[in-house]
Amino acid sequence: MKLHEYQAKEVFARYGLPVQAGVVIDRPEAVRDLSIPYPVVVKAQVLVGGRGKAGGVKLAKTPAEAEAHARAILGMDIKGERVGRVLVVQAADIEAEYYLAFVTDRGARRVAGIASAAGGVEIETVARESPDKIARLDVDPCLGVLPFAARGLGRWLGLDGTLLDEFTRIAATLYRLYWEQDADLAEINPLARSGGHLLCVDAKLVLDDNAAYRHTGRPPSEEMTALEREAREHGLAYVELDGDIAVIGNGAGLVMSTLDLLAHVGGRAANFLDVGGGASEESMQTAIELVQRKPGVRALFINIFGGITRTDDIARGIVRRPPRVPASIRLTGTNEVEARRILSDAGIAAGTDPEEGARTAVAFARGKR
Amino acid sequence: MAVLVGRATRLLVQGITGYQGAFHAKQSLDAGTAVVAGVTPGKGGGRVHEVPVFDTVDEAVRATGANACVLFVPARFARDAALEAIAARLDPVVIITEGVPVHDAIEIVAYARRQGVRLLGPNGPGVTTAGECRVGIMPWHLFTPGPVGVVSRSGTLTYEVVAALTGAGLGQSTAVGLGGDPVAGTSFVEALEWFGADSATRAVVLIGEIGGSAEEDAARYIARSLKKPVVSYIAGRTAPPGKRMGHAGAVISGTEGTAEHKVAALEAAGVAVAELVSKVPALVRARL
Repeated sequence: MKLHEYQAKEVFARYGLPVQAGVVIDRPEAVRDLSIPYPVVVKAQVLVGGRGKAGGVKLAKTPAEAEAHARAILGMDIKGERVGRVLVVQAADIEAEYYLAFVTDRGARRVAGIASAAGGVEIETVARESPDKIARLDVDPCLGVLPFAARGLGRWLGLDGTLLDEFTRIAATLYRLYWEQDADLAEINPLARSGGHLLCVDAKLVLDDNAAYRHTGRPPSEEMTALEREAREHGLAYVELDGDIAVIGNGAGLVMSTLDLLAHVGGRAANFLDVGGGASEESMQTAIELVQRKPGVRALFINIFGGITRTDDIARGIVRRPPRVPASIRLTGTNEVEARRILSDAGIAAGTDPEEGARTAVAFARGKR
Repeated sequence: MAVLVGRATRLLVQGITGYQGAFHAKQSLDAGTAVVAGVTPGKGGGRVHEVPVFDTVDEAVRATGANACVLFVPARFARDAALEAIAARLDPVVIITEGVPVHDAIEIVAYARRQGVRLLGPNGPGVTTAGECRVGIMPWHLFTPGPVGVVSRSGTLTYEVVAALTGAGLGQSTAVGLGGDPVAGTSFVEALEWFGADSATRAVVLIGEIGGSAEEDAARYIARSLKKPVVSYIAGRTAPPGKRMGHAGAVISGTEGTAEHKVAALEAAGVAVAELVSKVPALVRARL
């Protein structure tokens, strides 16, 4: 789950990381009540990147100017995301911009610290165009970020004196935040030098959803559609697409190959729902209900290969909640004999071949019964 | 010979008293696997399908000589259970559990490396050696012994491929499920090393999916070091960028990790890439 900048900065402030004083508002008039010294920066709060280029970040020297900017930015569409809030912060004189982040490195199966003196731009661009401007710190999860390692990074960035001390403290703190908050990414870009001190001018936090159970204070996610959020609450993974065939499968790999298969035989998925491993009768009923709620769904394709999922549980779920749209069912694996009996007792047909299932679903979507 | 598990495996099941643990312990017993012990803290002294249950891994190993471990414990207890099995140097340790926090997985992986223990998962289907041993949740009846090794990040796609191979009269040596989580115990490269050294395996099917760069790493290894033919299938060719694809969370970001990128890398390494699962067996047969 990705947090907004203002939410990430609240967490940063709790850890004592240096952030500018700021207030988040959702209507332009609220600018008048702020007691932040001018000039200020008005920043769109969106989860997509590239808001600066899209005109979502503006400097204001007076309250009237700030209100005008807020009015222009609120409601703005940035890469398909509507701006609902802006963050107003005191402007900082920036003398230099650095980059610092801790991120889960899938390939190395560890945590990587990443630093660069080329901050303020997209780090992916720096990595592609001048990889020598990026330093990597491989973190041993048993030891964390040791002060000497953080100092080494700071020296590599060319820092010394009190700035080096500040950097060492910021790096160790950012790592502690990354680890304690179960983040996938904790990023400061830019980490700016301003008035002889370091300042976190932007903040990004991506949190691990699997760890949500041990963090009670997390804000609700704003990345998902209402249906996606509802599915998540039931332990299901739902994603909206733009075709007319609803898809239910178990396991991300099978779901993706099901979408590929539909495309191969000329169909398009409207959405898909991954019931995951070990889906119950109840979660199957919820799944059938949810995927059909999307407007424009003309057929349903249920593709289940039971391993930890027992296909008899799936079959009972289908019988309890028969689909309203024509459904092609492909079901095989654990307990499939029992599953087939349950379905045929209820007069529901089910096949075992995925390609045949996909073709049937496409035919249903085209109105053939 | 086989990869990871075989006739010498004496399996310990953590979480054997739970719904999934009890069910799959029975399935493994029915497959002829030596399930010798179960562990559930607080339930020591009981039995599940005649298998003795212990409170700790240490007690179970001393009483039964267990040498491998599979975990069916809930996500919030997986870290402790996995570290306990790794501390006892059971090998392999196979984590079936879905939803393990990534930082827990990082610690588990680091400790397994330190102890020299081979780790599969989290969020994987386990490992099955056809005709010999079933560890995890793979449907046993799909398998038939033969020369084809299978390695995958996806459980259900492993079953699809094994079923297609068996249907085409091509048997399997061992199927290894790596698990679909961002941080997993074993990479494609490590699994390919095992298959390369396994005398029972003459060809390998590598089932990949979008996201990350594990398939690209595998392609480099295959080109450089693997002497056996490899056939591949990559799921997610039509997946939209930026969307998290289901529970395991395969996601395309940027150019790295797209299906095209992976297919191109594998083909450049001499791997035959199947467009559909159903086309895998013919490509394998042509290379045996």
